Amino acid sequence: MAENVAIAFQWLVFLGVAFTSIIASILVITRKNPIHSALFLVLTFLCVAVIYLLLYSQFIAIIQVVVYAGAIVMLIIFVIMLLDLEEELRSGLKLLYSKVIGGVLMVLFLFGIIYSVVAKSPTGKLGSYTPDKLTANVKAVGEVLFTQYLFPFEIVSILLVAAIVGAVVLSKKRT
Amino acid sequence: MTIPPVPPELYLVLSAVLFTVGVIGALTRRNAIVVFMCIEMMLNSVNLTFITLSRFLQSLDGVIFAFFVIAVAAAEAAVGLAIFVMIYRSKETINVDEVNILKW
Repeated sequence: MAENVAIAFQWLVFLGVAFTSIIASILVITRKNPIHSALFLVLTFLCVAVIYLLLYSQFIAIIQVVVYAGAIVMLIIFVIMLLDLEEELRSGLKLLYSKVIGGVLMVLFLFGIIYSVVAKSPTGKLGSYTPDKLTANVKAVGEVLFTQYLFPFEIVSILLVAAIVGAVVLSKKRT
Repeated sequence: MTIPPVPPELYLVLSAVLFTVGVIGALTRRNAIVVFMCIEMMLNSVNLTFITLSRFLQSLDGVIFAFFVIAVAAAEAAVGLAIFVMIYRSKETINVDEVNILKW
């Protein structure tokens, strides 16, 4: 009985968050003002973070909130405020034939993905990380990250340094 | 009567819907920053697929991969937005239809 209540609650959270994220993502691409788009993007990211929690991935959920919703969208909002983007606000969104054709093709693509997902459930050799083991999620992720994936981790640090230097060089005023 | 838990297919369908919305936005919007946001949304939906499969196949490799995707997305955001600022400085617009300086 108690288990049933837990699963019903899981369904409730999943459905609510899934619909919120879909609606927020549609609002991202339909708002004229880019600031509104960025704020709805934050909502989408927070909803996906809740879904990560449902999937026993606390580490990625926290990273999602801190890095995506916190840092990246903050950076986007700063750049929107730096630039003068009144042009699209004045002219409005135009609906062209090419956009309609692209949209319809992408909806067909969506049906293709849904069909391929539903037709065959994921199979493969099960690993050793059962949900009981993932209650200490950060510890498990850290152990794998710093042993098996140590080299890619170091490469990512070099990539981030290169990106920071590149951003500074690009945005520096030419003298 | 027992309620079945949320199946992995539903998570994958949600991720597919988010990805499709992102692609539609990237195809139809002409403001480079909104296109950029749509690309972030697509990266995010792919992360959701990785996490879902790693949860239901009881492996941690997908989680590690999602971590690297987030790191690369952060680097991409820094460089991409710097490029937008630079394009705006030289062309006074970031409409992707009007930015054609690489066309020959």
